[in-house]
Formats: sequence, structure tokens, C-alpha cells
Amino acid sequence: MAIAAGILTMCAVYLILSKSILRIIIGTGLLSHAAHLIVITMGGLKTGAAPVLEEGVTKYTDPLPQALVLTAIVISFGVTAFFLVLAYRAYQELGTDNIEEMKGTDTND
Amino acid sequence: MINLPLLPILIPLLTGVLLMFFTKQLWMQRIVSFLSTLLTIGVSLYLVFQVKAQGILTVTLGSWPAPFGITLVSDMLSALLVLTTSLLVFFVIWYSMTYLSEQHQRFYYYIAVQFLLVGVNGAFTTGDIFNMFVFFEVFLISSYVLIVLGGKPAQLRESLKYLLVNVISSALFVMTVAFLYGIIGTLNMADISQKIAEINQPGILSVIAILFLVVFGLKGAIFPLYFWLPGSYQVPPTPVLALFGALLTKVGVYGILRTYSLFFSNEVGIIHSLLGGLALATIIIGVIGALATKDAKQILIYNIIVAVGVILYGVSVMTRQSLEGAVFYLLHDMLIKAALFLLVGIMIGIAGSSRLKSMGGMIKDYPLLGWTYFIAALSLAGIPPFSGFIGKLLIVRGGIEAGDLVGPFIVLASSLLVLYSVMQIFIRGFWGTPKTYTGSRRHLVKQLIAPTILLVTITVAYGVGAEAVRPFITQAVDPLVDPSIYIQAVLKGG
Repeated sequence: MAIAAGILTMCAVYLILSKSILRIIIGTGLLSHAAHLIVITMGGLKTGAAPVLEEGVTKYTDPLPQALVLTAIVISFGVTAFFLVLAYRAYQELGTDNIEEMKGTDTND
Repeated sequence: MINLPLLPILIPLLTGVLLMFFTKQLWMQRIVSFLSTLLTIGVSLYLVFQVKAQGILTVTLGSWPAPFGITLVSDMLSALLVLTTSLLVFFVIWYSMTYLSEQHQRFYYYIAVQFLLVGVNGAFTTGDIFNMFVFFEVFLISSYVLIVLGGKPAQLRESLKYLLVNVISSALFVMTVAFLYGIIGTLNMADISQKIAEINQPGILSVIAILFLVVFGLKGAIFPLYFWLPGSYQVPPTPVLALFGALLTKVGVYGILRTYSLFFSNEVGIIHSLLGGLALATIIIGVIGALATKDAKQILIYNIIVAVGVILYGVSVMTRQSLEGAVFYLLHDMLIKAALFLLVGIMIGIAGSSRLKSMGGMIKDYPLLGWTYFIAALSLAGIPPFSGFIGKLLIVRGGIEAGDLVGPFIVLASSLLVLYSVMQIFIRGFWGTPKTYTGSRRHLVKQLIAPTILLVTITVAYGVGAEAVRPFITQAVDPLVDPSIYIQAVLKGG
């Protein structure tokens, strides 16, 4: 699992370093997936029964990482949606999706 | 248990929700957000005095006992920061009513500001590291809205970069929290601090400390991670810029202050000297930027970076005196940065451009504006008796007592250069031959100057009345110097 997260991060970094804004957005999506995977891995994978407190339950899975991941997924979903809309608007206004052409040094006012 | 610490978060949240039902009635938006922010100020003022009287207040949400549920902790530091934040947001809202075009205000502006207030107050108050991430996201998303509102091509371009930087830093934040959880097995900050002390701070914690530095450093714009700030902060209108410059970077600084004093205080070694070095580099870079630019907005933006460096230098020394200085300077800088941005906003409104070339001789027509700016500029640079002086004095004395001479020297030299850079705005903007101005807001100066002067007055009072403020600052620093105060207050409650 940790290796999978590492590979995801690797791909994310590669995509984020590219020029096209859509690739960058996919890259951030992958990066947040990697982060979520790490949370799940760090919390310990399935080690026992469901986390219901009863008599006789001694081994149970930690429920907290799942709650954390759920929160993080929702947030990254919202941000990605906003990012996509923003990229579309920027494409309409600026006429380019190439981040190299968005430096804005000559028009910096 | 008392629910008071929750109120500065709840009031703006409910206001924001309420305002969503009245998106078309602008007067309603204005009045409601004006009054509710006033209420927030009142509540946070009450909170400060309550914390003064009773010590640290905690609220455990859903009454789950402390290490299990989410805890909100109001110690003096967070109460003071919440008060300052609410004050600033109040003045910015007041200022925006006349400054921003009606079109601009109509599109969810006040709602976004209220949610920004929710996020910032929440991040200052929470005692749970993952909850802090959530509040970070709350104010970040509001800041995305605020930075792009207006939809000019330059804004779209810069907000894409701003968004990208913050998305990456949020992903890193989640990973850092995950690593921390994997090692410590808890998310409550007091509990983490206690457990770290029990396991004698293994080496992996240094990695986590660096990760936290990267995460909060990206928000707070410390030396190698400040690159996005000058570009992104250039594009939004000045009231929004005042909010960003005064609040968002300071939340990053608060994050570093809190985690470094609470988690990594047992071993003051490599991590803290790294932080100190980066802080000094931040000061130098900020000063160079402020001197190099000929744009009023950019000069102030680079001064944000300088101030972050000064505060973090105080944090890195980690003695009682330097921390007191850092906290004092943190509050001072939030107030004065916002005031300066509002003042420069008026100047831009008169001249129609933020370039210094387009200004000159304003003192003739706008003497009040000129002298208010003069006082604010002196206060920023730390000329006694204004508020910047005391913070810097404590930081410098703390640094010298800790046996460091380079750091205090850089801090002192920087204040001289900061003075030069802000005086350049004064000299070029107010002296010289008057020009004919064509700015669209030059008839609004009378309305705009009222909130600004009030804010500058508060800053001056904060400096002159430092003797009265000092006990509050001392109480705020207590849990930073001795984390066990914080830990006991959190873990006994509930």
C-alpha cells in the first residue's frame, strides 16, 4: 500500500510538472489520492472485526482513519471541481491552457 | 464546560448561511454582515476576558472526552488572535462597502468573507490537528472565491497558480497528519504532545517537523516557499488583499508556532536552528523585494514576507522573551498590515493605479490621508512609541540573550530598510508636484478614511498602551513556554 501511494505521488509530480493545465489538475487529483491512501495505510489495515464495542471484542479495526479519509475525499472533490471550472474560465478568458504562457510578467500591472 | 470558544466560529457560519438566502438584497447583506461581525468582536472580547479570568477554556464537541473527540481550545494566544481577526474583518467589511463596485459586492462577496472568518477563527481555536486541516480548507476555499471574484484575466491567471500551490500543500498536510497518526496514534494536539514526550522524540519526528514546516511555510510564505505570494497577492482588490495579507499568512505562522512549541519543544536542536535560518533568509529576501519594486502594492506585499520572517525568528529562539516578542509582533503586524493596505487602497483609488510613478503631491489635497499613512508607516517599522517597537525589542533582546548576534542584527537592519521602503510610498505619493488624478474612487476618500483611521488608532493604542496589554501577552506565552499547562487544561476537561 505504501508503495502504491509512492507510485501515485510519483505520477502526480510528473503530471503537475507538465505544461497543460488539465494534466496538472489530474496530477493534483492523483496527489490527493496518494494522501488518502497514506492515511488508510498509516491507520493500519484490517486487523480484526468491525469497531463495535461489545463484550468479547478484543481485536478491531481503527475507525478513525476512515473518517479522516472521508473528510479529506470530500474536500479534495470540492476543490478539484472548483479547479476545473476555474481552468475552463481561464481558458475562455486567456485563450490558452498552457501554463508557460500564463507567466504574466509583461502585463503585470 | 462552557461553549464560549465555539461562538466566534458559529456566528460567522450562521451569518454566512443566512446571507445565502438574500443574495439579491445588497443592503441586507451589508447590514447583516456588519452587525454580525460586530457581535463576533463583542463575543471574542468577552472570550479574552473570560480566558484571562479562568485560564484556558476547552469545549469537547459531542461531549466525547478529550483525547477521543474533537476539542476546541481557547488559550490566551488563540483568543487574542480570534479577537484581532474579527476586528480586522469588521474594518474590511466596512471599507469594502464603499470601495468595491456594487457588481463586485453582489456576487457572494460578504458570504465568502464570513466563511473566511469561520475558517481563520476555527484554525486558531481548534485543538485537533486534523480539524485544523479542515478549517484550513474552509478559509482556503473562501480565499479562492475572493481572489477570483471580479474575473479579470490577470485574476484568473494568478488564482490558478494560487489554487495549485494550496492544493499541493493541503495534500502534504494530510500526508503529514497521516504520518503523525501512524507514529503517535492520536490527533488531539495536547495528547500528541504528551505522547511525544513519553517516547522521547524519535528521529522520524524530525521528518514530520520538516513536513509541518513545508506545509505551514507554504501558507505563511517563508523563504524558499514564498514564490507564489507576490504574484497572487497582486491581483485581488485591496480590501481582499488586506484580509489575505493580514490573516492568511499569519495562520501559517500560528501553525508553526503551535506545532513547534507543543510537539517539538523537547529537543530544541536542528529543527529550531533550521527554522531560525529560514526566518532570517525570509527577512532578507522580503527586504530585497520591497526595495526593488516601484509599485505601492508590491512594496507592502514584500513587507508581509519580512514580517513573517521577524515573527518566526522570535519563535525559533524559543525563549520566554522572544516568544512574547513574537506574539506581540504577530498581533501588531496583523493590525498594521491591514491598515496599510487599506491606506494604500485609498491612494490607488485616487490615482487609479498602484504604480508610484502615477502618484505625487497627494498631501495637498488629502492631508489627513497623508499623516495617517505616516503614522502607520512609522508604526510598521517599529519607531517608539508605536506598537512595532515593543515586539521587535523583545525579539531582539531574546535573540541576544540566547547568544545569537547575527539574527538580532538582521532584524534591526531590516526595520531600517522596511522604513525606507514604506517611506518611499510616502515620499513619492504625498510629496512632489500634485498631479491631476483620474481614479474612479477619488470622491469616496471621506467615507473610506473613517474605518482606516479607526484601525490606525487601535494600532497606536496597542503600542502606547502596551503596559496594559502585556499581562495578556504574558498569559498567551505561558502555554508556549510550558506545554504542560496546555496539556493539563485539555485533558482534564470533558
